[in-house]
Amino acid sequence: MTSPLQQKIKITGPSVVTANRTWDGVVIYRTAAGGWSTDLSDAAIVRAADEARALLAESVADDVGAVGAYIAPVEIKDGGSIEPGNLREQIRRQGVTIDLPVPA
Amino acid sequence: MYAYDEIDRTLINERVSEFRDQVKRRLSGELTEDEFKSLRLMNGVYLQLHAYMFRVAIPYGTLSSEQMRRFAHVARRYDRGYGHFTTRQNIQFNWIKLAELPDALADLAEVGIHAMQTSGNCTRNITADQWAGVAPGEIEDPRIWAELLRQYSTLHPEFSFLPRKFKFAITASEHDRAAIKVHDIGLRLHRNAAGETGFEVLVGGGLGRTPFIGKTIKSFVPGRDLLSYVEAILRVYNQYGRRDNIYKARIKILVHELGIEKFAKEVEDEWLAMRDSALTLDDSDVEDIRSRFTYPAYEKLPHMPEELKKAAHDPHFEAWRKNSTFAHKVPGYAIVTVSLKPIGGPPGDATAEQMDAIADLADKYSFGELRVGHEQNLALPHVARRDLPALWRALDKIGLATPNVNLVTDIIACPGLDYCALANARSIPIAQELTRRFANHDTANLIGRLHVNISGCINACGHHHVGHIGILGVEKNGEEFYQITIGGRADEHAVVGTLIGPAVPYGDVADVVEDLVEAYLALRARPDELFIDTVKRLGVEPFRERVYATR
Repeated sequence: MTSPLQQKIKITGPSVVTANRTWDGVVIYRTAAGGWSTDLSDAAIVRAADEARALLAESVADDVGAVGAYIAPVEIKDGGSIEPGNLREQIRRQGVTIDLPVPA
Repeated sequence: MYAYDEIDRTLINERVSEFRDQVKRRLSGELTEDEFKSLRLMNGVYLQLHAYMFRVAIPYGTLSSEQMRRFAHVARRYDRGYGHFTTRQNIQFNWIKLAELPDALADLAEVGIHAMQTSGNCTRNITADQWAGVAPGEIEDPRIWAELLRQYSTLHPEFSFLPRKFKFAITASEHDRAAIKVHDIGLRLHRNAAGETGFEVLVGGGLGRTPFIGKTIKSFVPGRDLLSYVEAILRVYNQYGRRDNIYKARIKILVHELGIEKFAKEVEDEWLAMRDSALTLDDSDVEDIRSRFTYPAYEKLPHMPEELKKAAHDPHFEAWRKNSTFAHKVPGYAIVTVSLKPIGGPPGDATAEQMDAIADLADKYSFGELRVGHEQNLALPHVARRDLPALWRALDKIGLATPNVNLVTDIIACPGLDYCALANARSIPIAQELTRRFANHDTANLIGRLHVNISGCINACGHHHVGHIGILGVEKNGEEFYQITIGGRADEHAVVGTLIGPAVPYGDVADVVEDLVEAYLALRARPDELFIDTVKRLGVEPFRERVYATR
């Protein structure tokens, strides 16, 4: 399997690096400070392939903290808020779109 | 029920210790994810969109009340209070933490449950007719053979790294409830002209990206040769199956590309060279397994007890009885299918409270035994007919008496994009909307048997190819679209459905299904002509016209 770092990186707009936290699988986003946050608004935003590659490289290097890091598109809204760029990422951020059998 | 022996118990317990150590090393950084991934997968641990998902095997769909209660415990203690029964007689927990997985596995191991064979390129959980051992007319209990195959294939060193995953299904009834024709190997126990019992062996069935119906490779394999014959198949597959392209790696592609005759010849040559090897089963091997299955001490009971006669005046009970109870091989008893398809609910989900409650009901009314079918419903396999009214009332109290078995709202659906990392589109909300549209049981009964199967991606965990109506989620320019097929079926007449036209957007799917149903009601020759038979008689064209005329 090709390593994420060897894959061709093509981004068409603002993007973040996201992964799942190793010990519990929770969705996390790479921050500009080199850490991880469960809040998308803390995510480092990249806009060019080189930036994305560098952010992904440092994310993948944290193999103990995170699993399966990849680049995901986001939208920056007028007020500056960051929103997921597609349905998959929206579901990862907000959770399932249905009522769970047992309310949280 | 099958009782594990000391070897099984030791294996399961050692597996827990091994996995505990692997998880510890992963969390400390001693193992990288690359190193750990195959180890976690071999224990049923996937990484999904929001969390790790833990898939646990229910071999041949049989479990005890004690095991069901343990599922409830795992759901409550380590997950979010529910579990999801899959189309391959497994249960999945969607929110489990890696750090707690060894404890969950240990708790399951105490009751003989494990997660081996639920992932990886090995033989997967051996599945069977969920009515095995109780279905009238069955040749014999196919679970004896399923258990033999389970023991033979578990951690088999030669077949732990096959080109791709490998699935067996087995039945001993004429009517196939195990979908054997869409498995890598399908086994049908039957009697030959001489009255001997053996297996028709089918090979190369499967769904996914390239669906195929299995082909008969040998019409009769005696029981003593079962293991050597399937080993010959596995060896030929292991040697020639493609490892360079994951999409062409399943045995169905090899069988298709070689042709069944050439594939069969390869298998025959391999088999003849090893037929009389250590794999030959003598009667004592089979008897040993058989002796570890226990069967209820059935009473001699009337077919029409007073309790049933009285309850027949209640139309709600009668609706449920007619829909959800089935003939049993022992007079006075019934098989009860427990629908996990409540109107508006996610197909196949059960809460911990429901699991505990149904375990209690299994103890009270079904000799402590439960079954899981590939349709994502449960069954109580040994219910005295006199107890049906009381059982119905109890099921109703816990929301498990929906009388929709085999009807349009008894939908098979994968977890889809709400949970699954592979999915392109959501499945569950589509199923929920359809159940609301057809919530009226009189309407559903008027429509009759109609299987709607939904998959959120081409991998087809929701068996969409073999749904009478199949719904496949795809992604187009960032939007969810759904391809609709009709005419598929998964039973002894298995056939892959036909695409009716261009994919439709998320918001149109339920309307399209309503159109298809309305077309069927207008076109059927008689009230008892099923949807699938109308499609067979008329082809897809009139249905296509109805759906796309206004779209």
